[in-house]
Amino acid sequence: MNSKPLLEIQNLRTSFRIQDHYFAAVDNVTLTVNENEVVAIVGESGCGKSALALSIMGLHPQERTKLEGNISFRGNNLLSLTVPELNKIRGKEIGMIFQDPLTALNPLMTCGKQIEESMTYHTNLSKSEKKAKAIELLKKVGITTPERTYKQYPHELSGGMRQRVVIAIAIACDPLLLIADEPTTALDVTIQAQIMDLLKELQHQMKTGIILITHDLGVVAEMADRVAVMYAGEIVELANVHTLFSNPLHPYTRSLFNSIPSSASSKERLHVIEGVVPSLQNLPRKGCRFKDRIQWLDEHEHEENPVLREISPNHFVRCTCYQNFYFPETGIGDGNNGISKN
Amino acid sequence: MEFLKINHLKVYYPIRGGFFRRVVSQVKAVDDISFELRQGETYGLVGESGCGKTTTGRTIIGLNKATSGEILFEGKDLAQLSRREFHQYRKDIQMIFQDPYSSLNPRKRVLDIIAEPIRNYERLSPGEEKKKVQFYIEKVGLNPESIAKYPHEFSGGQRQRIGIARALTLKPKLIIADEPVSALDVSVQAQVLNFMKDIQKEFQLTYLFISHDLGIIRHMCDRIGIMYRGQFVEEGTSEDIYTNPQHIYTKRLISAIPDMNPANREKQLLLRKEVHAEYKHSYGQYFNAEGKSYPLKPISATHSVALP
Repeated sequence: MNSKPLLEIQNLRTSFRIQDHYFAAVDNVTLTVNENEVVAIVGESGCGKSALALSIMGLHPQERTKLEGNISFRGNNLLSLTVPELNKIRGKEIGMIFQDPLTALNPLMTCGKQIEESMTYHTNLSKSEKKAKAIELLKKVGITTPERTYKQYPHELSGGMRQRVVIAIAIACDPLLLIADEPTTALDVTIQAQIMDLLKELQHQMKTGIILITHDLGVVAEMADRVAVMYAGEIVELANVHTLFSNPLHPYTRSLFNSIPSSASSKERLHVIEGVVPSLQNLPRKGCRFKDRIQWLDEHEHEENPVLREISPNHFVRCTCYQNFYFPETGIGDGNNGISKN
Repeated sequence: MEFLKINHLKVYYPIRGGFFRRVVSQVKAVDDISFELRQGETYGLVGESGCGKTTTGRTIIGLNKATSGEILFEGKDLAQLSRREFHQYRKDIQMIFQDPYSSLNPRKRVLDIIAEPIRNYERLSPGEEKKKVQFYIEKVGLNPESIAKYPHEFSGGQRQRIGIARALTLKPKLIIADEPVSALDVSVQAQVLNFMKDIQKEFQLTYLFISHDLGIIRHMCDRIGIMYRGQFVEEGTSEDIYTNPQHIYTKRLISAIPDMNPANREKQLLLRKEVHAEYKHSYGQYFNAEGKSYPLKPISATHSVALP
């Protein structure tokens, strides 16, 4: 593995202005992504995973957002760059795959033109070279009739095809880092499987670092090397994918595992996490942020100022409440989740 | 007598074109399907988007018109009934919709949303009506005071439960749930799924559960039908489908489910490649020249597959 990480996020805090007050949606996040590595960011909606991705890309509206900390991409601090400087990097060295392929594409432009757009900004290729490259990219993302798709408009394509076009745009300039925000959420299972396989193949071919944002633990199990679990703006657990799936520790991680139907526990009741993800204004800023949703646990199990602690090599967990955590229902929840016992 | 029996149901949509908007062609959304539901069970309808599963659900409840075929609900053919005659059966069949954000009228209070079906079928005084609504709103685990609120004041999971309360008010026998949790977060999904199981026992409901999520289908359903291009390719118990899939399309669907064990990653990738190769190679054995599947043939007491 490379000694210098591709992307280094240090103590990042992204705050949004709501009625003259700033509220942090991403709070004190430190994360690194290496070359040829897939880092998954998992959590429910509202936990700050997309806000984190958009912070890296600098896509938050500037007048309402405050970014603190450090995002270092190959030695450049992205937060201190001006917009023209940032424009030289995003779309070229950092590519992004957006969640909804229907809204991410321009309905008035052909797919080919949209793929060429980033090449126009970032390279000096001639018109015919760009076209050749666009068709080659379409072929690369698994479209069988690239010449035809090149001339088609987004509405003429199916959801899976559109997502492929979005991926083709993201990889048009051979990015070093790819940010995939829920790349398969809007898709059917069979197409999801194809897109996952495609992303893995691209990663192996081009040694791209990938940040994979998803709420689907199945996708994480299939793709990620390392996993960061986010809750209420903070990373609550960070570990290698094998460690996380065989030995999840933080109560939030374990609750997530228990709330999905799995083949191992088919006809049982699913675990329900009590309460809801707190809204940005009502976020508890002190103590363990997950406390309100595991109220059966004693107050003194929590730390006063929870920190992300390295429990075993490369396995980080926030707060001490994981140590004596249990599920109140009988039947499920003792030990780990029964999914990856073997 | 079967609870619900679908016989050779076809739903075609016309494609109009030309100067006089004449029917030039047809989309065969549902193309000759037959299946039955037993009282008290959960039947899962699975397939990719566009395979006709939603159309099937909507046709049973009368939101789409059947082109031909029978929908026998407790022996009565719903497809042949006029609107007026259909009215009395409508209250026995209710629907839970996919998107809790668009299936509740934003300008109505929760009270009016839930009371709407009651107002269609029963004459109650405002006091009785309110009592009934409060009974159901408590059943779905919401605060009785919330009946004066508007849908935007609730979270996604709560809205979906309002939709379920609305479906329950007329004591239906059959509930058609069209992707009831696909718009929700995992933990909220769990809440709604648990809740659907609870009320199934309490109100002796039969579910037709439509979804593309195979994990959820496995968790919820007793029997499953796999649809592809408007036709059934396989039908059986959960056990039959997940441990012994026979049709190549079913195999392909099952192999596409992500494996929750990261150690199986390479194996899963290989399996998918194999199944994909088999799919390409033996497509002609499972589908005829027009790309249609064959009629279902039983291979065991519970399991049927569309084989030539």
